[in-house]
Amino acid sequence: MQDLGIRVLFMGNNFIRLLGGLWITIRISLIAVAFSIVLGILLGMLMTVKNPITKAFTKIYLEFIRIMPQLVLLFLVFFGLTKSFGINLSGELSAVIVFTLWGTAEMGDLVRGALISIPKHQYESGAAIGLTKWQVYRCIIIPQILTRLVPLAINLTTRMIKTTSLVALIGVVEVLKVAQQIIEANRYTVPDSALWIYGTIFFLYFFTCWPISLLAKRLEKKWKTT
Amino acid sequence: MDTEFIAEYIPLYIEAAKLMLGIGLIGIVLSLIVGLLIALIQYFKVPILRQIATVYIELSRNTPLLVQLFFLYFGLPKAGIYISSEGCAIIGLCFLGGSYMAEAFRSGIESVEKGQEEAALALGLRKGQIIKYVILPQAISVSIPALCANVIFLIKETSVFSVVALADLMYVAKDLIGLYYKTDEALLMLVVAYLIILLPISILAAVLERSLRYAGFGN
Repeated sequence: MQDLGIRVLFMGNNFIRLLGGLWITIRISLIAVAFSIVLGILLGMLMTVKNPITKAFTKIYLEFIRIMPQLVLLFLVFFGLTKSFGINLSGELSAVIVFTLWGTAEMGDLVRGALISIPKHQYESGAAIGLTKWQVYRCIIIPQILTRLVPLAINLTTRMIKTTSLVALIGVVEVLKVAQQIIEANRYTVPDSALWIYGTIFFLYFFTCWPISLLAKRLEKKWKTT
Repeated sequence: MDTEFIAEYIPLYIEAAKLMLGIGLIGIVLSLIVGLLIALIQYFKVPILRQIATVYIELSRNTPLLVQLFFLYFGLPKAGIYISSEGCAIIGLCFLGGSYMAEAFRSGIESVEKGQEEAALALGLRKGQIIKYVILPQAISVSIPALCANVIFLIKETSVFSVVALADLMYVAKDLIGLYYKTDEALLMLVVAYLIILLPISILAAVLERSLRYAGFGN
């Protein structure tokens, strides 16, 4: 009966609904990535400051966020904030908050790594040939940092998209939830639809993330010489 | 904060942690094996297997574990393949982890200079001997930071096991929230449990990375 299962996909607007569900996850990750890049650059710069207090704070933040599974963070915000402070957040909003917190930590670490990878003599030789501080940054430091960061930031986007699949577990109606609805709705007419629907989602994720990873890989290779 | 409640339900968390660590450990060991095998397939450029390995790596790295588990646990039974919860969790973790471990091993192998391989060939070593005595000892020491990062990543990924009906830490926490509405206590224990599990591993990884002496020449 395997050939029957796939027809669920083409019944009504099921496939469009799945794509709509996927878009929810992608939208959450894109918003979170956008915030993470801005905040992550700030955090990364903050982490290179030689002040023991900021250093300790950023370190604790980074370690805590990176050590906790993202699902735990989601639970903390989605269930914890609601109960402790009476703030009622929707699943989507909590997801954006959590993934921004997580992305900021990841991005901050990448920015820090890129910043300290520029040897000090580059700043000094820039100054020696008479460039102003701003010119040193604009013409020497930032281009090098960008070529290092852009592939990593793109990689972070794919990780973000993959991780946002977790929002299904805090009740956001995204692709997996839509899939469950479709499967339940067709439980009697097409009992083996689960195989096809979940298989489709597997490949939907794959074809979303794969091109982005390829792009990151290509850019990384292209800019490796710097 | 209800300390009595915490004391009463700590055993539940310990059970859940044991279950998770058991499955996690099996999954990690298997993914290390799969990873090494794939890295070797790529190194020896075994035809056909090599293409399969490439497809596998791309598939596994570009899909979330949650979706893989849904397919294994809810999808495959419809094709007549029934796998237990534990089986799904282990297969899923191994499917995901294998590719990450393979990448870690591969970058380690690539970091060994070509000249060493040629020197070993000139000494009359066979290809198997070269990989065993020359390449791998150096490659693994280079790979260790990446392997440790993967281990932590995989343990974190085990947090989705509750979807395949395993009573892991997330499941216990959600259960307690649902049953007793003790959200703060349940979440606190959850965070503490993960800290107890992951902090030592993370510290160990950092120590290992720092104290690592690269076996390679010229470092």
